[in-house]
Amino acid sequence: MLMKLATDFMGWIDKRLPVTDAWNKHLAQYPAPKNFNFWYFFGSLAMLVLVNQIVTGIWLTMNYEPSGDGAFASVEYIMRDVDFGWLLRYMHSTGASAFFVVVYMHMMRGLMYGSYQKPRELLWIFGMLIFLVLMAEAFMGYLLPWGNMSYWGAQVIISLFGAVPIIGDDLTLWIRGDYVISGATLNRFFALHVIAMPLVLVVLVFLHILALHEVGSNNPEGIDIKKPKGSVKPEELSKFTFHKQYSEKYDIVDAVPFHPYYSVKDIMGVAGFLFLFCWVMFFAPEGGGYFMEAPNFTPANGLKTPEHIAPVWYFGPFYTILRVVPDKLLGAVAMFGAIVMLFALPWFDRGIVKSVRYRSKLHLVNLIQFAICFVVLGALGTMPATPTANLIGVIASFGYFGFFIALWFYSKNENTKPVPERIAD
Amino acid sequence: MSNVPVNNGRRRFLTAATAVVGGAGVVGAAVPFIASWNPSARAKAAGAPVEVNIGKLQPGQLIRAEWRGKPVYVVRRTEQTVNNLAKHDDQLRDPNSEKAQQPVYATNAYRSIKPEFLVALGVCTHLGCAPTHHGGDFDQFVEGVPNGFFCPCHGSKFDMAGRVFQGVPAPLNLVVPEHSFINDDTLLIGVSSDAIKGDA
Repeated sequence: MLMKLATDFMGWIDKRLPVTDAWNKHLAQYPAPKNFNFWYFFGSLAMLVLVNQIVTGIWLTMNYEPSGDGAFASVEYIMRDVDFGWLLRYMHSTGASAFFVVVYMHMMRGLMYGSYQKPRELLWIFGMLIFLVLMAEAFMGYLLPWGNMSYWGAQVIISLFGAVPIIGDDLTLWIRGDYVISGATLNRFFALHVIAMPLVLVVLVFLHILALHEVGSNNPEGIDIKKPKGSVKPEELSKFTFHKQYSEKYDIVDAVPFHPYYSVKDIMGVAGFLFLFCWVMFFAPEGGGYFMEAPNFTPANGLKTPEHIAPVWYFGPFYTILRVVPDKLLGAVAMFGAIVMLFALPWFDRGIVKSVRYRSKLHLVNLIQFAICFVVLGALGTMPATPTANLIGVIASFGYFGFFIALWFYSKNENTKPVPERIAD
Repeated sequence: MSNVPVNNGRRRFLTAATAVVGGAGVVGAAVPFIASWNPSARAKAAGAPVEVNIGKLQPGQLIRAEWRGKPVYVVRRTEQTVNNLAKHDDQLRDPNSEKAQQPVYATNAYRSIKPEFLVALGVCTHLGCAPTHHGGDFDQFVEGVPNGFFCPCHGSKFDMAGRVFQGVPAPLNLVVPEHSFINDDTLLIGVSSDAIKGDA
């Protein structure tokens, strides 16, 4: 009786909005390669962290005061006087760092298995736009506690726009809305941080997933699970029912439906992730000074620069690239260039073989040196600029950019291994 | 349905004209949104000039004033410091202050109105940190130059006229703001003496 009522209700809905169809298309009958490994946890984890940031963010705004006079005190108020305010704030601040951990792993996965290659270029571009918006979101969010590192970090980053020829000074004035970073700057950053950027982020994530489901998921082997219609013997086809949008156009092999197979697998990832996340949040919410920096426990002071200005760890790689160039404009160009290179990756890689498993030794070495350089650049970004650090930074910057340049040269005629037709059991 | 023949040329013209007018409307509507990011009238008013009492400033001493929320360094240079300024010209990016980082009346060897008083923004021209004043121990950064400013953020160096040394990230000399002397003991930051006379 109750079941019939539920079925009738869903039937009523489905005639008016294709809910069941969308559920099947994107979850219960979405064909996912059967060989996803550890690296495939991070997409769903990024979604989890996004939800965490939005929910805790909404709750934080209930007690936060976006003004030059009130911001610092209101954060202290949240930490001390609001019931569980400390937990909400630490969930949000730990979540920010976790977001970048997860996103960097997610991007590394894409690099390893060639998930940016044709036909997934647009999918990759949406991902990069998400990364860019995420960096803007994190940067603006870091100003909001109105601590002294918030203030001077923003001072340094906004000054970067002053490197733009001719209009630079007017541009920084326009961004700040004042002659110095002030309550006016704080207020607009707050508006962008809590409304504009999250809206853009959610839309981009939606497009990222739609684009993914249009071209289909890649996998660690880089083997396409969609074969031309009629090319596969019926007994070799996947035993599962997939949505007609996929099965009408292709013969699908070596695939399982996303739900329940990967939804259950991802729950395992979530459990492991939350274990680490909670450990940091409860036992080291300041991340040893890397998630929350010491000068930020004193209020913003426009007349007193902290002795050592370092960005939060996740901006480290790009900050080091900025710093090692001994010219203001060229430094800024190099820093933005580092991100442009990532955007253009699908066109730097002229190869056809996707996964590093079937590519040349050279590519493996190039990929490893890139990952090492990225980590080294990140570490240097949090350290003072000594001559030794600078030299290492220059070398690592060459490694970073060299990855793309080298890739462009060797990928055209790369010595790859033969890629199997099918994903092995 | 009307049976009048379709005039495609006219349709294209109307479509294009609508798009252009609509586009102009969008641009016009964007103006208030973009312009509202400029400093407000209140922020501009807060940028009013400030007076600094320099009567008690000893030779070699530095005081910090605040103008438009930025630190302004006022230094009473010793005679020796002033005389030494010309000695390291070859190590500077812009020894003759050719870049417009100072008002015309401070475009001279001392970058100031009176040789003994340096008035400069304590804002590094690299990325805006506040350089620290090193009186007497600056030769750890530049050999043979006893006094100067060192920016702790990225290591830029400036001499006692706010002129930037070569080989550091900062591209330009420190900014000398508009300033004037009301009398021997009072400095006014933010207004030139011409502007004061103009008002009177």
